[in-house]
Amino acid sequence: MSEPNDGLTLKDVCILLDDRPLVHVSAHVAPGDVLTIMGASGSGKSTFLAYVGGFLDRAFSGMGEVYLNGVAIHDQPAENRRVGILFQDALLFPHMSVGQNLLFAIPPEIKDKSERRHLAEAALKEVGLEGLFDRDPATLSGGQAARVALIRVLLSAPKALLLDEPFSKLDADRRLSIRRIVFDLAKARNLPVLLVTHDAEDAKAAGGRVIEPLETAPAPKP
Amino acid sequence: MLRHIPALTLFFLIGPVLAGLMGVLLPAFGLLPSLGGTSLTLDYFHNVLSTPGVLRSSVLSLTVGLVTTAVSLAIVMLLIACWHGTKFFKSLQNLLSPLLSVPHAAAAFGLAFLIAPSGWLMRLVSPWATGVTRPPDWLIVNDPFALSMMAGLIAKEVPFLLLVSLAALPQSDLRRKTVLAATLGYGPVSGFFKTSFPLIYRQIRLPVLAVLAYATSVVDVAIILGPSTPAPLSVRLLQWMNDPEITERFRASAGAMMQLGVTALALLVWFMGEQLVRKGGLRAINRGHRRFADQALRRIIAVLAVLSSAMVLLGIIVLGIWSIAGFWRFPDALPVSFTLANWSRQAMGLETPLQNTLTIGLAATAIAIVLTLACLEQEARSGKTATSRALVLLYLPLIVPQVSFLFGLNILVLQLGGKANVMLVIFSHVIFVLPYVYLSLADPWRAWDTRYAAVAHGMGHGANRVFWSVRLPMLLTPVLTAAAVGFAVSIGQYLATLLIGSGRFPTITTEAVALASGGDRRVIGVYALIQAMLPFIGFAAALSLPALLYRNRRAMHANG
Repeated sequence: MSEPNDGLTLKDVCILLDDRPLVHVSAHVAPGDVLTIMGASGSGKSTFLAYVGGFLDRAFSGMGEVYLNGVAIHDQPAENRRVGILFQDALLFPHMSVGQNLLFAIPPEIKDKSERRHLAEAALKEVGLEGLFDRDPATLSGGQAARVALIRVLLSAPKALLLDEPFSKLDADRRLSIRRIVFDLAKARNLPVLLVTHDAEDAKAAGGRVIEPLETAPAPKP
Repeated sequence: MLRHIPALTLFFLIGPVLAGLMGVLLPAFGLLPSLGGTSLTLDYFHNVLSTPGVLRSSVLSLTVGLVTTAVSLAIVMLLIACWHGTKFFKSLQNLLSPLLSVPHAAAAFGLAFLIAPSGWLMRLVSPWATGVTRPPDWLIVNDPFALSMMAGLIAKEVPFLLLVSLAALPQSDLRRKTVLAATLGYGPVSGFFKTSFPLIYRQIRLPVLAVLAYATSVVDVAIILGPSTPAPLSVRLLQWMNDPEITERFRASAGAMMQLGVTALALLVWFMGEQLVRKGGLRAINRGHRRFADQALRRIIAVLAVLSSAMVLLGIIVLGIWSIAGFWRFPDALPVSFTLANWSRQAMGLETPLQNTLTIGLAATAIAIVLTLACLEQEARSGKTATSRALVLLYLPLIVPQVSFLFGLNILVLQLGGKANVMLVIFSHVIFVLPYVYLSLADPWRAWDTRYAAVAHGMGHGANRVFWSVRLPMLLTPVLTAAAVGFAVSIGQYLATLLIGSGRFPTITTEAVALASGGDRRVIGVYALIQAMLPFIGFAAALSLPALLYRNRRAMHANG
């Protein structure tokens, strides 16, 4: 089934700040695999994800090619890339209910109203949050919000998943369980996953290849 | 389309100012073909200069501008130096913020009703303390030195400068600098002026210059509180502009150029003052003196700040009392009886002005909000933040004297064969509403966490959907607050309504100011109270709408 092109392919992706290279990565992430990028904060990891996701801040410049299932996406606007992202904050839209957050994510191709609602309810159930559809996101615990954020991004049917230190703000107990759910669900959906983290435990739990991009970066030109 | 909005917005702001200046420049030199002015001449400047008392009027305008600005700035800076971070400061801030929305005219009327020889203050202390049973014959309001006019302006500019200074504080790292200076043994005043002031001043410089320009050319406050023999230059200009003798427009145009010169001179003097303060300040820093009468200053400044806000608040209260006063004999502290007759008598006459006020205010605010949102959204999409040069352009309509360029616009419209219509009045309000709307919305808009947009884009939502469904609803409170600010600015407009509308669109403000000379306190009380209340209603609506819409969304209240 799986073709060699499937998954997320990075060809010489390079992030520059003031013409100084911060990150340089070439890699292929097969569907269901996790590629972990390790590095201290300020090493340009998040910026690297922003380049892949298509929302790079203009202070930085990025170059290199990104292919998703064989299709070049690096010159596409973010909304056409179908690359979902989770940050360290849940970033649930505070003006919507939990359920509205999920409905907002479900692709418009699913038109039937009751089907959309059903999908959202089922996703809540999948992560043990049954019945929270009408809740105000501000009233959720950190762990609950993280799970809603996860099912929200998955409901949007992404073709790849970017994780930007998504566990770093959770307390130790929750971190384990949320980490497990994230990787399990991503694997179940056969998504290629890019994880950036400074936590070696995250990298170990992810189970995939780990790279530290600065080591692969070319020396800055004098 | 969106790409061109910033340019269009600047056109709305700068276009009328430049066109208006052209509109007075040519007639000032005798060129106005429709009135037979076809040859270049300096006669009208001679005419202005030979008008009795015109130099005195100019000196008055210059002095009022410089004194008002210097005193207001000093009060605000000392207030921050001595009291920032204290409970007193917090409560004073809460007291001053609502005063910002009180229109200048209403505040001026309130002050007049308070401090006049027959005003409330005198009544409160008479006859038991003063022994007087009839109002003394003192010229307090409209005094020849414009002291009451300056007091009224200062009371209104202090809240404004305080607000812009507070907005500048986060970038100036005040807290840590103060602590650092204190550990070196510096008292709060010298510590503040030697470490934080230069940075804060740099950020509030444009608003300070706007205050200066405004105070040198203000008309409504000058009519209500200012001297009349002679009046400040701007008031005399307005008389010439409104003169039924149509050729007076040449003199008025030359006068408008002179007003421009007076304001420019005030700015020049201010710039020289800046240099002196800079040089003196640097020397003072090097000398290393640590104390500067801190304790005494601390108390004095607290009294001044409380006094200036209390004057406006008490003024509004006394406006309210007069609006429902029945018989009110002089030394009595309160009327013998209260009645709603003053209001019902005015009800008929209020209808049109109120309608005009609301129509113009809401329309101008809506236009300003749409343009501002479009500019900010274009900025977010293109990643190009407005430069500091663009910010200067934003302040241009607030720094060029209104009376000069609005009159020029009025001449232009008539010259081009147009007639005053409500659309022109609305757009003339936009010139002043837009800068304030933009300035109050830009910071919260830019402070929004763009990761929300990244999340939504990742779900496949485009820029428009993110704007309408995520960013705008999340920022509803600041958007509505900016709208309320804009509405308040529009309510306060006097000259734009009068000059661009050729007097055909009376608003609450133009009616109230027109009542000033009549001196019927009950009628003035009704009009000025409505004028003061309308902005409050706007702010109340701006705060309650999100509270209602998002009553079940806790995070949406946290910063509201």
